[in-house]
Amino acid sequence: MADTTITEEKKSEVSHEEHHEELSFLRKYIFSTDHKMIGIQYTITGGLFLFFGFGLMMLMRWSLAYPDQPLPILGFLVGNNGIMTPDTYNTFGAMHGTIMVFMGVVPLAFGAFGNFVLPLQIGAVDMAFPKINAFSYWCLFVGGVIMLASFFLPEGAAKSGWTSYAPLADIDIGLGQTFWLVGMIFLITSSLMGSINFIVTAIQLRAPGMTYMRLPFFVWTQLVTAVLLLLAFPPLEAAGLLQLMDRVAGTSFFLPTGLVISGEVADISGGGSPLLWQHLFWFLAHPEVYVLILPAMGIVTEVITNNARKPVFGYKLMVYSLIFLGFMSFSVWAHHMFMTGMGTTLNAFFQTTTMIISVPSVIILSCLFLTLWGGSIRFNTPMLFALGFLPMFGIGGLTGLPLGLSASDIHLHDTLYVIGHFHYVVAPGTLFGLFAGIYYWFPKVSGRLMNETLGKLHFWGTLIFMNLVFFPMLIQGMAGINRRLHDGGASYADATAIIDPGFYSHAANYLYLNKWMSMSAWALGLVQIIFLVNLLWSIKKGKKVGRNPWNATTVEWAAPSPPGHGNFESAVEVYNGPYEYSVPGAAKDFSPQFEKGAST
Amino acid sequence: MAENLEELDQHIRACIAIFVALLCLTVITVAVSYLNLPVPATITLALCVALVKGSLVVSYFMHLVSEKKLILWSLSLTVIFFIILMVLPVVTDLDVISHTITVKH
Amino acid sequence: MSTIEIPYVSKPRPDTGLVNAKLGIWLFLASEVMLFGGLFSAYVLLRIGAEIWPEGVSILNVPLATLNTVVLISSSITMVMAWASLVRRDINKYRFYNYITIACGLIFLVVKYFEYSAKLHHGLFPSESTFLAIYFTLTGLHVLHVIGGMLVLAYLQFIGSKMWNTDPARFTGRVECAGLFWHLVDLVWIFLFPTLYLM
Repeated sequence: MADTTITEEKKSEVSHEEHHEELSFLRKYIFSTDHKMIGIQYTITGGLFLFFGFGLMMLMRWSLAYPDQPLPILGFLVGNNGIMTPDTYNTFGAMHGTIMVFMGVVPLAFGAFGNFVLPLQIGAVDMAFPKINAFSYWCLFVGGVIMLASFFLPEGAAKSGWTSYAPLADIDIGLGQTFWLVGMIFLITSSLMGSINFIVTAIQLRAPGMTYMRLPFFVWTQLVTAVLLLLAFPPLEAAGLLQLMDRVAGTSFFLPTGLVISGEVADISGGGSPLLWQHLFWFLAHPEVYVLILPAMGIVTEVITNNARKPVFGYKLMVYSLIFLGFMSFSVWAHHMFMTGMGTTLNAFFQTTTMIISVPSVIILSCLFLTLWGGSIRFNTPMLFALGFLPMFGIGGLTGLPLGLSASDIHLHDTLYVIGHFHYVVAPGTLFGLFAGIYYWFPKVSGRLMNETLGKLHFWGTLIFMNLVFFPMLIQGMAGINRRLHDGGASYADATAIIDPGFYSHAANYLYLNKWMSMSAWALGLVQIIFLVNLLWSIKKGKKVGRNPWNATTVEWAAPSPPGHGNFESAVEVYNGPYEYSVPGAAKDFSPQFEKGAST
Repeated sequence: MAENLEELDQHIRACIAIFVALLCLTVITVAVSYLNLPVPATITLALCVALVKGSLVVSYFMHLVSEKKLILWSLSLTVIFFIILMVLPVVTDLDVISHTITVKH
Repeated sequence: MSTIEIPYVSKPRPDTGLVNAKLGIWLFLASEVMLFGGLFSAYVLLRIGAEIWPEGVSILNVPLATLNTVVLISSSITMVMAWASLVRRDINKYRFYNYITIACGLIFLVVKYFEYSAKLHHGLFPSESTFLAIYFTLTGLHVLHVIGGMLVLAYLQFIGSKMWNTDPARFTGRVECAGLFWHLVDLVWIFLFPTLYLM
């Protein structure tokens, strides 16, 4: 038990740091080292990238619904008289994936929420390394600028998919892919530094009394996420360096002997292995999937227990499942590579580990459902999003099972089914968690509540339209439509019909869904305007609230809203577990961690 | 590490002894490579010597022998993932579908 | 807005027995291990997949690399001595040993420069073969680490050592962390040397 308090530390230790009362605008808002300001910077940056990536997708959906027709009004964005060429489509596709995963969701889920909430929840004054924290943010910023700059290159940005599979990415002309690699190295460095900071903070700066088993589940998810980032990202950095060497120094790490490009044998030394890239890439990218989903699970747990007014069901079980999940996520990656000619023994191995890893996620999801049982549930906006997360993530997870079994994967791989599955996990899954978090912690950030009516409108619109976008993908995928076609499968379906006109052309029968999906995607975009309006309006005009508007138990609600520099007015001590709601015999229906004797 | 100076002296003496050992091992591994042994033997020997040298550096220069449990735990996790990273890709390279099926029309 | 004090920067936290920086540097080293792990994994996969793999001796200069191994090992022991001098509260001795460490780093870089330029003079570019490609990538990344380590050591030598007067415990901790990184650079070389030159 740590009984050393902050006040015991010597004054002289910080004497080299500045003592002046007011920091300049630049130090306070731009090059801040305060974890809350950095968290807000991450939120704004990640949010802008999310909307940018979504914008790319809305443009792509035009090409999918109305292939080779000029884009109305916004035609100047795609050039070529407003008709989207397959090349432009590929560029947008690759950048949509990259931006959403590495520059949108990770900075938001990990950088933003982790930075703002984690130190508050453990009762710390700041992150363990505030300067490194600022450095991580600025690495992300530079990486983002490099990625965005690549759109203005003569040959355009990277267009080999967000996975940058070799040898395609190796031989791609222009500087786009090189920019992508350099940008990725910055993004990876940012995440690495961030994850070290998070782990050290969560372990070293816990307030007195905050034992590991009293950590809120959100802190646990951030901790496991940080470990995944720390140990899984470096191999991708290595792979990025190798691909950079291939592109810049002319090496052949990923180029096999006798590679033929455009009908000619390439002038390379050869001897490389395209599969090497896939191994190193998926060694990161499978844990990365959990990096995307775990913080959302943490947020959802906080919101659900708070609004069900019940302790979370099976806290320890959830924590152990989480740790097991994190551990297992390092040995499943080759289920992304079933179709690469891997032998059956290994296919069996990886499909077994894949099935095993689904167990802890199911346990966590079940625990959350059971938390709802018998609770007196408050249906406010954060709770709606958290409740929406449960079935949506459920669909996402269950549709993953056929992909994890190597036999059914033969049929489903590289179809829109994969896209549907993945987006169910990340869009209505993770994003719902993030929305829940934004509505839930907004009072802590600004001291004001967000508008409930607009929030509910936003929730229902998002829920309906997201399902209308992603569910048809599962249907189209099962019909066999490939995921990478710029015309949404039209030419492919027509060709089948030309060969055998009387034949039932399965893909052709589901092409009409493209228009519906596109309309829904654009409607989804419109619904997000409600959210933006709500956010901006609430910052200035929202209802003012005190420190603990949700009557919650975790430590962040002990700080003023918004918390000042150093977070808490006096040192925090923790007396009980994180979710002591409706304790029998207690005076109120919530017994905060930071109040002594609250649970007796 | 090194609560008192006596312990520190002991540690330094150990480090100097290890320094000498590292130099000797370097000479040995280079000498062995000139013997022109068969390739598998060369690889095994070179890797074994490197492993010994590496563990000496980690244990004493980086004084992991007397390090806190928390660090040992996080490093053992790293070692496990490192081994997975080294072994699994190689195994997938050895187990490949190699026969082709000919379809008769 | 007053300056906040982050706990456990110079005194260890009682239940973990660690200062923040110590845990942080070890986590960083863990990620470094995975970084080089990725490259070593690439090496193994490429070598297994190759029809012929040249012996390092036939292409690379083993005596020079042996010299470099000795230089790096020596710099490691001087690094240990530098840290031990600080524990004994002798800043001058620390400065002396730290100078030698940095000098060893410089010697390593000079030797490496001669090795590289000899290769490039003979037309042995990374694009010539997978062996040369992995050789240049691995040693190049290692050289970057040597340079990074030297910058840190130089910072501690000239600017960072002001902290000795205000907070000696924290400064000793910093030197220890820099030392850990420097030993890792040595460790990586210990594995690079046989893998590339001797097998």
